[in-house]
Amino acid sequence: MTFLDFLLKHRVEVTMLTMEHLRLVLWSMSIALLIGVPLGIILARFAKLRAIVLGANSVIQTVPSLALFGLLLPVPWLGARADRLTITALALYALLPIVRNTLTGVTGVEPAILEVAHGMGLTNRQVLWHVELPLAAPVILGGVRVAAVITIGVATIAAAIGAGGLGEFIFRGLAMVDNNVILAGAIPAALMALLADGAIGLVQRLVQRPRR
Amino acid sequence: MTSRSDIAIEFIHVDYAVDENRSLLSDLNLSIYRHETLILLGRSGSGKTTTLKLINRLLSPTRGVVRVENKSTLEWDAILLRRSIGYAVQEVGLFPHYTVEQNVALIPRAERWDKRRIANRVREVLSLVGLPYEDFAQRYPHQLSGGQRQRVGLARALAANPPILLMDEPFGALDAVSRAEVQREFSSLRKRLGTTTVFVTHDVSEALLLGDRIAVIEEHQCVGVYSPDEFLASPDPRIRAYREISRDSGPTSEEQK
Repeated sequence: MTFLDFLLKHRVEVTMLTMEHLRLVLWSMSIALLIGVPLGIILARFAKLRAIVLGANSVIQTVPSLALFGLLLPVPWLGARADRLTITALALYALLPIVRNTLTGVTGVEPAILEVAHGMGLTNRQVLWHVELPLAAPVILGGVRVAAVITIGVATIAAAIGAGGLGEFIFRGLAMVDNNVILAGAIPAALMALLADGAIGLVQRLVQRPRR
Repeated sequence: MTSRSDIAIEFIHVDYAVDENRSLLSDLNLSIYRHETLILLGRSGSGKTTTLKLINRLLSPTRGVVRVENKSTLEWDAILLRRSIGYAVQEVGLFPHYTVEQNVALIPRAERWDKRRIANRVREVLSLVGLPYEDFAQRYPHQLSGGQRQRVGLARALAANPPILLMDEPFGALDAVSRAEVQREFSSLRKRLGTTTVFVTHDVSEALLLGDRIAVIEEHQCVGVYSPDEFLASPDPRIRAYREISRDSGPTSEEQK
């Protein structure tokens, strides 16, 4: 049986697992964004917190994904369901690039521009929304792009703890020593990563366009 | 002759120091009258910009008082104070991600003016600085020439109709031709508007062209305040030095073109 035959025969399952994969990725990315961007802004304001927060974040990044799933397992509410656990772990991985790039982007805004913004009479909040975030947006999106690609890849491991997603095919294929089954998981996951990378890259170019 | 109510801005024994060893301004006493254009003239690093930033409280005096409209800047709400003072600076002033219209409308929007009033005001100030709304409102700063950017900067500073205008070498980055053009326009504009203006420059001819009075700042101190005629006639060697510089540099910059 060729790979295409296999795909056609299992198209319902491929679609279902792809959607499941996407769901894990979207949830974890949303959480990482909701925490990461504000955290990056806070770090931009309070330089003293940077070493601690970024350090802790890097430590998380170094824990292998399977081990991280295992470590989170005993946590009460999280450990109860495989998808909760997976989403939390994926969000933790996605956090570092988002926090770091938000910090870099916001601190990278020209001091002279900030001074003018304050001098005109904008409040701190208005300076953040009108000046700092728009000017930092391309850098922040760069972090989101990296985070999305990492998350889509690592999400395949989620199948190991029964959270579903395209990793199901990969693990099953490994057990059956069947390349077609492995590819049915690996190729859609790779395509998803490429698409996310391209789409976010496009947004990045759009926000960057009206500049010098 | 002049009563207190004619004074818009007043510096009383003002010091500003970064730390104990680095003073950027010492014992400044200066009154700026309503509707006049006062020039702060001096070399780079002399303390002109520091003086300007003390007015809109980007800096606070380490000693003495800066009074704006008879109230210490420290007693003002900083945001309120700054919104009643237009602020235009050299080159970097415009926000690169906003169109001309968005840049100009920023403070009126922050002040929650209604839409129609903002639209009218943007048209009005743009035409005031010689930029037709139809041609320029939707452009981004990088699509403008240096002279046009300076005009937008001025339009933005004027947008909320502030009684006071601070300008920090606003025409400093321009080539000689556009500079002369913008100076001429600004000179006629300021007479029509009657805004109290404090204008920082190191260019003597610009100071003479635009100023009602010229305050000379040297080594973090004000050495004197002169009318243009007094400035030209002053026997003070420090002032003569300025006149000579401008005479020497005049012809050379002509030759360069």
